[in-house]
Amino acid sequence: MTETATRTEPERVEPDSETVLALRRNWGPPIAYLVLGLLALLVFGIFAEGGKTATFGLSTRTDAIQLDPLAVPAKPTSIVLAVGCLLATAYAFWLTSKGRRTPLWLPIVFGILFVLSFLSWAVGGAAISLTGLLQGALALAVPFIFGALCGMVGERSGVINIAIDGQLLFGAFLSGVVASLSGNLWVGLIAAPIAGVMVAWLLAIFTIKYFVNQIIVGVVLNVLVYGVTNFLYGSLLGPEQETWNSPGKFGKLEIPLLSDIPVIGPVLFNQTIIVYVMYVVVAVVHVALFHTRWGLRVRAVGEHPEAADTAGIDVNSVRFRNVLIGGAIAGFGGAFFTLAQQGIFSKEMTAGAGFIALAAMIMGRWTPIGAVFAALLIGFADNLQSVLGIIGFPIPSELMAMTPYLLTILAVAGLVGRIRPPAANGVPYIKS
Amino acid sequence: MTDQDERPDAQAQDGGRDSAAATATEPKPDNRTEEEPSIGQRFLRELTTGSTALTFLSVVLALLIGAILIVVSDPDVHAAASYFFSRPGDTFAAAWTSASEAYAAMFSGAIIDFDEYTVGRALRPFADTLTYATPLIAAGLAVALAFRTGLLNIGAQGQLILGAILAGYIGFAVQLPPVIHIVVAMLAGFVGGAVWGGIAGLIKATRGAHEVIVTIMLNYIALFLLAYLLTTDAFQREGEDLPRSPFMLPTAELWRPIEGSRLNLGLLFALLAAVYTWWLLNRSTMGFRFKAVGLNPHAATTAGISVPRSYTMVMFICGGLAGIAGATQVMGTSLHLHTSIAEQLGFDAITVALLGRSSPVGTVLAAILFGALRAGATTMQAQTQTPIDIVLVVQALIVLFIAAPPLVRAVFRLKVRATTPVAPGSGGLA
Repeated sequence: MTETATRTEPERVEPDSETVLALRRNWGPPIAYLVLGLLALLVFGIFAEGGKTATFGLSTRTDAIQLDPLAVPAKPTSIVLAVGCLLATAYAFWLTSKGRRTPLWLPIVFGILFVLSFLSWAVGGAAISLTGLLQGALALAVPFIFGALCGMVGERSGVINIAIDGQLLFGAFLSGVVASLSGNLWVGLIAAPIAGVMVAWLLAIFTIKYFVNQIIVGVVLNVLVYGVTNFLYGSLLGPEQETWNSPGKFGKLEIPLLSDIPVIGPVLFNQTIIVYVMYVVVAVVHVALFHTRWGLRVRAVGEHPEAADTAGIDVNSVRFRNVLIGGAIAGFGGAFFTLAQQGIFSKEMTAGAGFIALAAMIMGRWTPIGAVFAALLIGFADNLQSVLGIIGFPIPSELMAMTPYLLTILAVAGLVGRIRPPAANGVPYIKS
Repeated sequence: MTDQDERPDAQAQDGGRDSAAATATEPKPDNRTEEEPSIGQRFLRELTTGSTALTFLSVVLALLIGAILIVVSDPDVHAAASYFFSRPGDTFAAAWTSASEAYAAMFSGAIIDFDEYTVGRALRPFADTLTYATPLIAAGLAVALAFRTGLLNIGAQGQLILGAILAGYIGFAVQLPPVIHIVVAMLAGFVGGAVWGGIAGLIKATRGAHEVIVTIMLNYIALFLLAYLLTTDAFQREGEDLPRSPFMLPTAELWRPIEGSRLNLGLLFALLAAVYTWWLLNRSTMGFRFKAVGLNPHAATTAGISVPRSYTMVMFICGGLAGIAGATQVMGTSLHLHTSIAEQLGFDAITVALLGRSSPVGTVLAAILFGALRAGATTMQAQTQTPIDIVLVVQALIVLFIAAPPLVRAVFRLKVRATTPVAPGSGGLA
């Protein structure tokens, strides 16, 4: 490949340290933080109408420990939180001027402060349930998280997966059908990852065996899954719903003690089995990618397949396996739609969740923890727009709904932080 | 990375002569080095082993798999299969009836309806085919032209929506004399799409962000923008709560030559777009630059071609082409703006461009084929209750098969010679 040829040029001119520093400095992120921070300070704080109170409900009626709703003066709270944003911004400026990278927690902290500042402004004069808001956010984020992990496992090994949406949808479809036919939700749940693996296997065969462009195969597989599921929905699941499409759904499992923690408890620990599995999968993927020999190999394959090959790693079989693992994760996540949320399969019910998952993965910089926070942020924004619609918030919900996509564009344009995909991402490995 | 997808063929064909040279960025040394065959021989070989044969076999294979899907989901077949072991013939008969009736309905809905008595009425299905093909041609070109420059334009959907918004607005809100109205609205459609495509190109050129991610996100933003606009007073039909715009003014409606058919002048605009794209790629300096960048950006840079400028420019033009597709949709077919004006056209366009092998002529033909599938499936759904979504399956399968020639060759045990690559490769995301 041409890249490798240029990499091994005989004479290497060492650039002086000042040039290296200048090259490493990316002023995009701090400037973006500054703009957003000032926006928060001015719009949500200083120029906001004063004297309003924002009320946040902290308990639901069924909670063991009842907390009084938190009522805060809207304007001062927004200002304080916005100042927090600006402090984070100042830190980012300082780091950049020193030529150091901004750590992952910085955008997360900034994002949380910014969202809270916004919330305090938007809710001013009204009351919303914080628990409900977070519950809704998590529910929306679950498929994004599964999808993002699926994409990550593939891309860390160098295979771009645009077919996440198809894998989620096929997982949702097959789990629903199998659960209906067998009359057993657990059997349906087992079928879900198998469905994901089926789609992933096609992706792997075409991209790794036949070297077809990965993005194209991904796009086409999505169309294929939409087609197959829509077709079977129209011919079987719709007309004969009783037999084919009545899976029902899992009940929520309350974890004793943990679910009694105020606010967080009912959000995190009163969930269906699928969400608990998600916690485990996030932890396992994180540990496996960054703290095991397997993870090191995967990342080596994704960053520098030639080197990995030289070290005796079978590049293409690592990739093949990872794509299948990713498929299993996404397929399992798809079951959340049918077996946890709706209790029934409907046409194109993922509604593009796979693409948002892709965005979450990128914003989370190809790390599980980052992706979880990005997915939660997107889920939160999604849920917020519907909640704010109810309390009569002035900004139209359609414009609010654009936010995650705008953020992703800003992220890939290098304005939210340094984003660097695995070096060999999307490049087929052809042994010569 | 122009031809990894056909590498196995290159090897088989060259007998491993230059397996090292045939990798990655280098275009495959094709048969030009061998002895020049006569025209007749070439024609015969093209017909039996070339890309035409490959495309044809892919279509056949996809339709066969579609037939299997139709058969296994048919309740009549289920009923016959329940006593399969006593009378297996019934199952096969039911399966044959199911698939053949569906495809017969598809044919009569797409090409000729033999049940009609006059030639004009019998050919009306073909007019429907062309109606469906119109936006697919323009949007397919938007994807194909980007392919040739080494970019994957997944954003035809969003570009099409922006084109429809602008053209639609000019069409229903601005009073202009006839003819001029159509031209101005069409130009507005071009500009709307071009701006949307240009944004992606500009971000790619200046910040190095991967165009796939940017265009996917721009698709969603366009969709929400349309949904929002249709709630505003400027766009929403007066006195209605539904998100839809007023109808086009008569001066902005595209002429429909055949009574009772929605076939309209938009087809002419789409074909003009194809001619323009052909001219651009084969006869202009700019197109030469685009192709050079698509074949090898490093070499293009060395030759003094600005890669970033080419990226921006080509995405601008591609967006404009998709914008024309949006304009024909709103001015010729639906005659008003609504939230699903773009249907799935932007994604179908990708399959169209792939099937058309990124050439303008191929794109037009592929769009007509997919238009025929779409028109036929509508009739099929009405007559045999086979869901229209079978088209998506067939479409996706066709593209998968032509993208992997060795697969089709293996299925038919044929020596299919791979020709033009289906699409360029690309680097990592973002």
